Amino acid sequence: MQMRVGGPLAAIRRFGQMVAVVVGIAVINFFLLHLAPGDAAQVLAGEAGSATPEYIAALRAQFGLDQPLAVQFAKYLANVLTFDLGFSFRQGLPVSQLILDRLGPTLVLMGVSITFAVLVGGTLGFVAARHAGQPLDTAISVLALLFYATPVFWIGVMLIVVFSVWLDWLPVGGMAEIGTGLTGLAHLVDVARHLALPALTLSLYYLAIYTRLTRAAMLEAYGQDYVRTAVAKGVRPRRIAYRHVLRNALLPVVTQLGLQLGAILGGAVLVETVFAWPGLGRLAFEALFQRDLNLLLGILLCSSVVVVLANLAVDLLYAVLDPRTARA
Amino acid sequence: MSADSPVLQVEDLRIAFREGAAERAAVHGIGFSVAAGETLAIVGESGCGKSLTAFALLGLLPGNARARGRVRLEDHDILGLQGEAMRRLRGARIAMIFQEPMTALNPVLTVGAQIVEAIREHDAVSAAEARARAGALLARVRIPDPERRFVEYPHQLSGGMRQRVMIAMALACSPAVLVADEPTTALDVTVQAEILDLIDDLRRETGMAVVLITHDLGLVAEHADRVLVMYAGRAVETGSAASLFATPRHPYTRGLIAARPRIGSGARQRLAEIPGQVPSLGAVPRGCAFAPRCPAAGAPCRETLPLLEAAGAAAERVACLRWKDLHAPEQSPVSLDA
Repeated sequence: MQMRVGGPLAAIRRFGQMVAVVVGIAVINFFLLHLAPGDAAQVLAGEAGSATPEYIAALRAQFGLDQPLAVQFAKYLANVLTFDLGFSFRQGLPVSQLILDRLGPTLVLMGVSITFAVLVGGTLGFVAARHAGQPLDTAISVLALLFYATPVFWIGVMLIVVFSVWLDWLPVGGMAEIGTGLTGLAHLVDVARHLALPALTLSLYYLAIYTRLTRAAMLEAYGQDYVRTAVAKGVRPRRIAYRHVLRNALLPVVTQLGLQLGAILGGAVLVETVFAWPGLGRLAFEALFQRDLNLLLGILLCSSVVVVLANLAVDLLYAVLDPRTARA
Repeated sequence: MSADSPVLQVEDLRIAFREGAAERAAVHGIGFSVAAGETLAIVGESGCGKSLTAFALLGLLPGNARARGRVRLEDHDILGLQGEAMRRLRGARIAMIFQEPMTALNPVLTVGAQIVEAIREHDAVSAAEARARAGALLARVRIPDPERRFVEYPHQLSGGMRQRVMIAMALACSPAVLVADEPTTALDVTVQAEILDLIDDLRRETGMAVVLITHDLGLVAEHADRVLVMYAGRAVETGSAASLFATPRHPYTRGLIAARPRIGSGARQRLAEIPGQVPSLGAVPRGCAFAPRCPAAGAPCRETLPLLEAAGAAAERVACLRWKDLHAPEQSPVSLDA
């Protein structure tokens, strides 16, 4: 996933690749979702309680679900290429509006979680590597293993039980207190209090991964010739750790970060559901159960765009961190 | 300090690796000294302990190795110095360049930044002054277009260029001793000569002492004043480069000289070789370690460990029970045509 920075040609090619990836994902999503049994008409009719075959057929005709799959696909593709994500018959709103309402909270949750995981995990890994083989290293490694092995939903529920129910420090769920009409800083603090538990839940697993990865990458870098050179020229140990070892150990960490951005978006589904966080993940969860395919396809497409953009950011970051990949 | 008094003096240097409770000796008591402006070559095949000796001088041995004996640098006993005390000397009074210029430089830092770092870790100078000094060093090691190279990364430089950068870094604080561990092994032959000539010139200009670790006797003849030949962790012969090539006394030295490819010896002639290989650490035989490979070894050689003894008029010394028998007058001296 390395890119060559430099030249408008490279940028255009890169952009073309990104578009191709997103369209490819959209096509696969479409057929994958149509492989699943059931449709929105069935669910709606089932909930209405008066499901006659005529009623279902009428719903299908209304939603365009009675058309052949090829026609539906052509329509879908044409819509996607004109940035029209369609209409959610279930929610009675345009898909794009539903997604835009939910995208912000998800990006906040993801951003805070991944930042926390990288910063804290990186620090723990750094400390562990500098004290390799000592009790502190062992303690950090055990902690990381614990976070790594514990299921995310269980951590979420336990955090709610401890911090919300027993200690009553933090709210159980949601994104803000309803009806308080807070503004400015007070609103920000309120959101932060709501964000703490879901962000922590989502980040602990990744925090463990980054701890282990940073530690391993640091130890590997410590064995490299250039570290021996730095020692031989009399560089202080602390400076060697930061400037020579950590700097090089960041490269595999950033690579991993790029690979995991998609996974962390997937993990958000679970966390948003547990904490009633009004994000894309929960919306996707609901859309899936309601067979709201238009909405689900829209969310998946939007997610793929987020991941592709995030990967672009990681690649650009990589070019900054590793001059060898930034060929002019 | 007078030209004759050694800046680096090594006495009875022994290096052993810990293996569980036991220790396995790799270097068994090496001694040598180098004066300012002098080049001492330590020569031997791979595995003879020459690189370990070099690493021990700077306290760069791996964690499971331990060095004993005495290493005096200028007026300090430096063997076993730890932490900050050793760090202050490394790069400042004793510097080292390595075999692999490809991997010895940090790939994510510019060449200039790495030289600046070497300066500023020892001398309290401003960043601007350190940059100016680093730029001057690049010019001094004859890197063309030093301003441009200053901001380049190691991967943008050729192997020879990187080794020049390593040398510039080593010279950053005008050390008294430069340890060069196989500095040209990874380079093209034409570049090899340039690098060694550069080291020679810098040594003459600065008066630093050079310890040149090599397996290549061809380099020794041209670039060293004195030579220490090592075999299986021991010194087997030492003396001036001229006398060593003119009258090699130890059978191992003779073997090394004979195994050297020479121009004009005829393409069809097979290169001479020393049969067998250097014994591994655990398998050094009793008596003379070279005896199993030695064409002249007799029964006593397999029993008695030969010690270094004076041989010849000057400071030549050799560790061989039979060197007097071998050094018969009819032996044709090996010419210095390398």
